[in-house]
Amino acid sequence: MSVIKSEIRGGVYYDSAVLMALQRSLADLPGVEDAGVIMGTPTNKELLVRVNLVTPEVEQAKENDLVIVVRAGDERAASDALQRVDELLSARKSSIQQDYRPRSLDGAQSMMPDANWVLVSVAGRYAAGVAREALRLNKHVFLFSDNVSVEEEISLKAEAAQKGLLVMGPDCGTAMINGIGLGFANKVRRGPIGVVAAAGTGLQQVASRIDQLGGGMTFGIGTGGRDLSEKVGGVTFLMGLDALSRDPDTKVIVLVSKPPSPKVADQVLRVARKAGKPVVVNFIGRTPISRRVGNLFFASGLDDAAALAVELVKNPPVLEGEPELPIARFAPGQKYLRGLFSGGTLAYEAQHLLTEYVPKVYANAPINKENKLKDSLVSVEHTIVDLGEDEFTVGRLHPMMDNDLRIRRMMEEAEDPEVAVIFLDVVIGFGSHPDPASELGPAIAEAKAKAEKAGRYLEVVAVCTGTEEDPQKLSHQIRQLKQGGAWVETSNEVAVRYAGQILQALNQPSEETQLIAAPVDLETLKKPVKALNVGLESFAENLTAQGAPVLQVDWQPPAAGNEKLASILERMKKLSSAE
Amino acid sequence: MINIEEANKKAVENMMEARPVVVGVAPAIEVIPGMKDNLLLHAGPPVTWERMCGPMKGNMIGALLFEGVTKDAQEAEAMLASGKYQFAACHDFASVGPMAGVISPKMMVFIVEDQVFGNKAYSGLNEGRGKVIRMGYYGQDAIERMLWLNEVFGPTVDAALKSSGGVDLRSLLGKALHMGDDGHNRLDAASILFTTVLAPHVSKVAKNSDIAFDVLKFMGENALTILNPVMAGCKTASMAAHGVEGSTVVSVMGRNGTDFGLKVSGLGDRWFTAPAPHVKALYFAGFTEKDANPDIGDSVITETTGIGGFAMAAAPAIVTFIGGRAQDAIRNTLDMYEITTAEHKYYTIPYLDFRGTPTGVDIRKVVEKQLAPRVNTGVAHKDPGVGQVGAGVVSMPMSAFEDALIAFADKYGI
Repeated sequence: MSVIKSEIRGGVYYDSAVLMALQRSLADLPGVEDAGVIMGTPTNKELLVRVNLVTPEVEQAKENDLVIVVRAGDERAASDALQRVDELLSARKSSIQQDYRPRSLDGAQSMMPDANWVLVSVAGRYAAGVAREALRLNKHVFLFSDNVSVEEEISLKAEAAQKGLLVMGPDCGTAMINGIGLGFANKVRRGPIGVVAAAGTGLQQVASRIDQLGGGMTFGIGTGGRDLSEKVGGVTFLMGLDALSRDPDTKVIVLVSKPPSPKVADQVLRVARKAGKPVVVNFIGRTPISRRVGNLFFASGLDDAAALAVELVKNPPVLEGEPELPIARFAPGQKYLRGLFSGGTLAYEAQHLLTEYVPKVYANAPINKENKLKDSLVSVEHTIVDLGEDEFTVGRLHPMMDNDLRIRRMMEEAEDPEVAVIFLDVVIGFGSHPDPASELGPAIAEAKAKAEKAGRYLEVVAVCTGTEEDPQKLSHQIRQLKQGGAWVETSNEVAVRYAGQILQALNQPSEETQLIAAPVDLETLKKPVKALNVGLESFAENLTAQGAPVLQVDWQPPAAGNEKLASILERMKKLSSAE
Repeated sequence: MINIEEANKKAVENMMEARPVVVGVAPAIEVIPGMKDNLLLHAGPPVTWERMCGPMKGNMIGALLFEGVTKDAQEAEAMLASGKYQFAACHDFASVGPMAGVISPKMMVFIVEDQVFGNKAYSGLNEGRGKVIRMGYYGQDAIERMLWLNEVFGPTVDAALKSSGGVDLRSLLGKALHMGDDGHNRLDAASILFTTVLAPHVSKVAKNSDIAFDVLKFMGENALTILNPVMAGCKTASMAAHGVEGSTVVSVMGRNGTDFGLKVSGLGDRWFTAPAPHVKALYFAGFTEKDANPDIGDSVITETTGIGGFAMAAAPAIVTFIGGRAQDAIRNTLDMYEITTAEHKYYTIPYLDFRGTPTGVDIRKVVEKQLAPRVNTGVAHKDPGVGQVGAGVVSMPMSAFEDALIAFADKYGI
């Protein structure tokens, strides 16, 4: 007949790794069938019920009680096991350094004032408090703990952003800073690739592949899986991206994420466009529309992202300067695009590309049926009309040969006070109008003049498809279009993306005026990692093994978990930090 | 709105800047403001005769025998129970007493004057270790020693102090900490320094060489002679730190053997109390923890102002007295940094690269970390008439700090 014996210890706290180790050691003792070592939370107690490790004492245990239970073959074996608890606990302690362990972050701060990182892996309900303390001490935070509420995450990140500090997490599994791995991390060669990741194993996979492919890393900045959600708004991701953009040692940036909120992903990409260096993007679940947009390189997967980054380091691409957008010249209320196409495929491609910039584009020949214009003659919001469709060519020449209809429609659109951009394609070559720009150029000038007279600014973007050897001569066409005031490109994609960026800027909801983050001080990031570790001791041991100085904090929940006292202390702290 | 950090800084600054000087010895009734013929002061927070612990009752009986107002212990006890005498906390009368700490009207007390803030504090003449009335023993031998202290030792030391111009305790303690003292339980160095300063003056002012011999011999043999002036000196530091609006620094701690009590700088004269804790102790032969009275005495004023147990790292030899390893002494001091506001400007620890001692207990930190101040202390027998039975280490009770924190939040609307 088995005997179950238990011991309850109040007011003590051990991290879960210690408890698990103790549990294993107890279970290994002679005569012991099973052992449980837990903090007395309701969930934990249920677990004990399931494995038949419950005594009346255990049922009475409170959340902050340490519960030790053993089930053994006989009374003697059970009591012997319980008696060895202290010995087993201290055996563990003595294998670690004998030096003094501070009991709090401020205690640790006085012992290692130049620590630049705090690793937090305590139970979720205490983690935000510890992280906040770390921010008060002006440290970057690696927040491994999970079960931190999204509200806490938002408030922590807001506080961090104000101070230019990174909160990596909550639930951040990994980070690599100057060749030192925090949390779960791989030993990766140092080199010129910087990664920002809202994906723990994603970061490990990319980092490992970079190393295997002969590349190396400056930083692997984890953000926690929720960072790119709409609520959190990508605070850490954007700060990390900004820091890597400014870091002279980072030549190529890689962005990795579990499926992000589309809105936040758009914002990240907008910022990434301005990084001034190649940025490889792999947002899982978001199919890239192009392989490359300016400095952005879209990867099809984690492995591809690593390979692309290594390749871009070897063969740096030529990055053209981004065109300046004439945003300030538009009048309030101008926000829509009207695309007047002669070519059907070009019109389709434009619709497709624009999905990256605006939510909905109406068309007479839509990719998506629900975007079909009710009346092809009347534009709605963003509209793309293919004037080469049959409905327009009945009894009339194709718009590649006859400009009349397009010019008339352009004049109409120019009158609309909500229109900001008119897009035209000019396709030359055999069979086309002998000199289309000779008519379109002056028409563009007139349309622009019309808008200007009404106190507006009209941007006309034209893509010119043809060659120098064509009868109409490409450069001749371009010159005339430019004379009319058009922005002219020879690539449909480049032209559409230029228009798309303008539209995106004009349609940005005002709520998106995001919190202004103070830039992360690069120097604090570039300094060798020196850390204070609160929680899992193995994280400290790993840092020691990597040669990074670390101080383990012998942390206990504030006021031993007494909520009334803890809340008074928290209010006092707020008072002090407000001072 | 209050600024706790600033208030604490000011309180601790005052605590450290106080400059206590021992200036003389005089009867309590003549020098302690508010002292009356029927008033008996005692250690710790106020306590009634009914609730008084054995050693304190013993000390009260001894005091009346010493005063000569009663012929025996039985009569003394009846008189004390009758309401004829009033009892009050030393701390509320600018005084401090080790162990039961009773000060009766005729008892000679050291006068310690803080030359910066002008406060004066008082403490009796120490009888030494073992069977002594402050531990509750009131045998004839102890009464006779008290009489000798009062009639011969006290006046001689008073004259010597006046002749010397006073002894600066802050510099004396600073030196003693570098010589292996903690300023509370280990005072060997401080005592030698004190004796060295006073000896020439004693030899000059003593009525005859026999008296000079007896006085110097007593000082030389009883390292605790210096304990009472040190405690009074700490009391002046405590007085300087007390009463800073918005401060969470503990300005007073004391135990009467029944209750532990503390005061907070920003919470006026209110005592926050909790049952006095039991001391983890090593016992003299023939005694066990069953004989021990709960924690008692005002000597924790040393820890309150940054020395004593808080400076244990300066006095590794002290671990022989409480049982343990030198590392424990270091650890104790390091722990106390976690709950204090500042590192002392004048009291430093060579082993810690002359880091200042942890000074100014902050109730916020004590409660947050659930780490109470730790004190090394003597242990008295729980019955009157026996005396000291051991010595050990004890943590002050957490609930008093928690109550103070709640009261602080109430008072300041936090």
